[in-house]
Amino acid sequence: MKQKLLDISDLYIELPEGSDRQYAIQNVDLELKQGETLCVVGESGSGKSLTARAIMGLLPEPHVRVSNGEIIFNGEDITKVSYERLRDLRGSEISMIFQEPMTALNPVMSIGVQIDEIFRYHVSMSKAERQKRAIELLADVNLPNPAQIMNTYPHELSGGQRQRAMIAMALALKPQILIADEPTTALDVTTQAQILKLIKDMQTVYDTGVLFITHDFGVVADIADRVAVMQHGIVVESGTVKQVLNNPEHPYTKALISAVPSLTPRKAKTISKEKVLEVKDVYKTFGGGRGLFGFGKPLRQVDALKNVTLDLYNGETLGVVGESGSGKSTLARCIIRLMDTDAGAITIEGTQINMLKRKAMRTWRNKIQMVFQDPFASLNPRIRVGDIIAQGPITQGVAREDALKRARELISIVGLDDRSFDRYPHEFSGGQRQRIGIARSLALRPEILIADEPVSALDVSIQSQILDLLDDIREQMKLSMIFITHDLRVAAQVCDRMAVMQYGEVVEVGKTKDIFANPQHNYTIDLLSAVPGKDWKGISSAGSAGKAKSKAKPKSKSPSRSKSPSKSKMS
Amino acid sequence: MLAFWHRYKRNRSAVFGLVVIVLVVLMAATADFLYPFDPFRLAGKPLSAPGTNGFLLGSDSLGRDVAAGIVHGAKTSLLIGLIATLVAVFIGILFGALSGYYGGQLDNMLMRITEIFQTIPSFIFAILLVAILKPSIYSVVIAISVVSWPGVARLVRGEFLSLKSREFVQACHTLGMSDLRIMLREILPNCLSPIIVIGSLMVATAILIESGLSFLGLGDPNIMSWGFQIGAGRTMLRSAWWVCTFPGVAILITVLAINLVGEGLNDALNPRLRERN
Repeated sequence: MKQKLLDISDLYIELPEGSDRQYAIQNVDLELKQGETLCVVGESGSGKSLTARAIMGLLPEPHVRVSNGEIIFNGEDITKVSYERLRDLRGSEISMIFQEPMTALNPVMSIGVQIDEIFRYHVSMSKAERQKRAIELLADVNLPNPAQIMNTYPHELSGGQRQRAMIAMALALKPQILIADEPTTALDVTTQAQILKLIKDMQTVYDTGVLFITHDFGVVADIADRVAVMQHGIVVESGTVKQVLNNPEHPYTKALISAVPSLTPRKAKTISKEKVLEVKDVYKTFGGGRGLFGFGKPLRQVDALKNVTLDLYNGETLGVVGESGSGKSTLARCIIRLMDTDAGAITIEGTQINMLKRKAMRTWRNKIQMVFQDPFASLNPRIRVGDIIAQGPITQGVAREDALKRARELISIVGLDDRSFDRYPHEFSGGQRQRIGIARSLALRPEILIADEPVSALDVSIQSQILDLLDDIREQMKLSMIFITHDLRVAAQVCDRMAVMQYGEVVEVGKTKDIFANPQHNYTIDLLSAVPGKDWKGISSAGSAGKAKSKAKPKSKSPSRSKSPSKSKMS
Repeated sequence: MLAFWHRYKRNRSAVFGLVVIVLVVLMAATADFLYPFDPFRLAGKPLSAPGTNGFLLGSDSLGRDVAAGIVHGAKTSLLIGLIATLVAVFIGILFGALSGYYGGQLDNMLMRITEIFQTIPSFIFAILLVAILKPSIYSVVIAISVVSWPGVARLVRGEFLSLKSREFVQACHTLGMSDLRIMLREILPNCLSPIIVIGSLMVATAILIESGLSFLGLGDPNIMSWGFQIGAGRTMLRSAWWVCTFPGVAILITVLAINLVGEGLNDALNPRLRERN
């Protein structure tokens, strides 16, 4: 019988007056045993992060505070202990890793110094000992050249390396509990897989209890022993990972699990032979400029796009998939002329648009439109929703009244309330804002829609709604779509064809089905094998509960396991 | 608007500042009613102490009424402060917006020009300008604007730099919107709050510069101002303290009030910043 490390019972965290609810979390009971991984899953605003912060005593008091309940750690109630005692516990007994390693590390201190601090504050060791121990730690988390890493600063490391350094720091004093708050959300999928494996390995070595907070059921399937699902501050369901993932009981859990996009590609439709957009041999380089009078060394050059050639056929959705820095967003911005290409041709209807002057380009704007990634940054906070949507047509010379009328139509097409028209963007949630963004892009009646990670900033249940909306709209308005994403599960659900990009080059293009069944390029294979939760049936097949009833679309009617290519290929 | 007032109201000292400013404005507006005669007029016995010979705040060495001077001087100070600030903000927005929005060589050029102005100590520069232009109310306004716009330009440039790469601005590009429209309708309204805050604080600085110039005898000789009064009374500070003390207190209170209002605006316009501390 493993020892019980943490026992949270009847915990309430009170929010300041005027918040949208009185308690951030209510009546939360959780427990964590030695060597066990407890995943707390929930969407944004579910209170999962505050729960973690309460354990560390990191609530933004006095506004937000524990108002009831206890957090027992080894027989001691953390909510009652003195500040000094709390400081002793933090880092040595309970430690935490954060979502964004760049902001969690101090940019002006080298990694070595930051690790050293932990030893200095908590234990007495000689300098040489501390040094030796720090290097060991860095080696433990598989950082290459640990002695050298000691002297580097956070910005010199990659995101994955920074997160490894964070984990090294967190585990420095062999804490009994490790709290990980979405530690892989900001990372690329291949790096995510490595970090998850690292946490798992470290856990076996140190026998740590891990409280892992995530929104991604794929990650849960990979790492959890037990799961607690939170909604609006309440634990709605908890149990072993098998129970919760395979036989969810609470309707919210069911809905969440069914909203997880599956890795089984959608049924491919017949693709027309007519090309609506041709991208040929496009190059784009960043940097290389000089200062005011041309003095100084030229800046470092980065090839963002190298020899990219792609075709978009009428009525299809072409996925552009890759990790950060692969050039997929640059490609989108070059196509829509937010950036200029250095060489190559982007052609619509026989006209090479990448060479057009700004004025001449203006008339082409209504052929091609874009949906942006961040629904909070993509709408002007000072302009009413109706005007935001009508802006495009008005700019293109449509009479104001007609444009506003069209905007009203679009608001209902994207599934928003008619009253939205006169409101400001801040009154809407992320998903609703993304609908407004979609309406804006449709206002010009484009033929081609570029969607740049349109769902990556959204919760999974909202994600599937937006994906459905995009799909409906594409059918209704006969659009061709370029869909940029880093998430292969999303790509599988929306794309007819896929292009995989790495370091600015397209390494593989083909039908989604074919790529998933038989990836050719090594990088594609890596990407596919790094998808979290790929061995869990909720992701590896579309046959999970609730899927069929949520949408009566062809894609959900192809659950047959034998066709599931991801499974056979990747085991 | 109501919500804005609510947030503003939470800062007690800002409300106090606002009350003081309203009083000063009222005083300036009713100057011709309170003291209908010319403040330069010899009104009675020179160097009368406050409360004697019918002088509320005393009289100076030429028998001019100090109280009348303060009331009429309020008009000058506020007017010059406001107009100079408006001109400076306008120039600053123009430079900052072009610089931040277009970037590249234009930015380089405009910012180097801005730096030329920033490197010269502003008060000395203002003295120089007024000396060249001949003292008048216009040259004082010009001098104050010329020395105070670079700060606004820097601020606006920074705001434009960060806002222009936001997705909503990019979305406007994809709609084919013109640069001018993007700058005026999309970006500028989003950086108004810091501009308002810095503008309100600049009014205070402008009043100080104006007083300084008048003190040195570089103000408009035909217009009564607080700085002029102090300058006129400074030699008699020990024998007739009231001549420069009351105008000095007027400057102190007005500038303080404007600063408090500026702070209050800052808190009310950037509520997030406030809640952090």
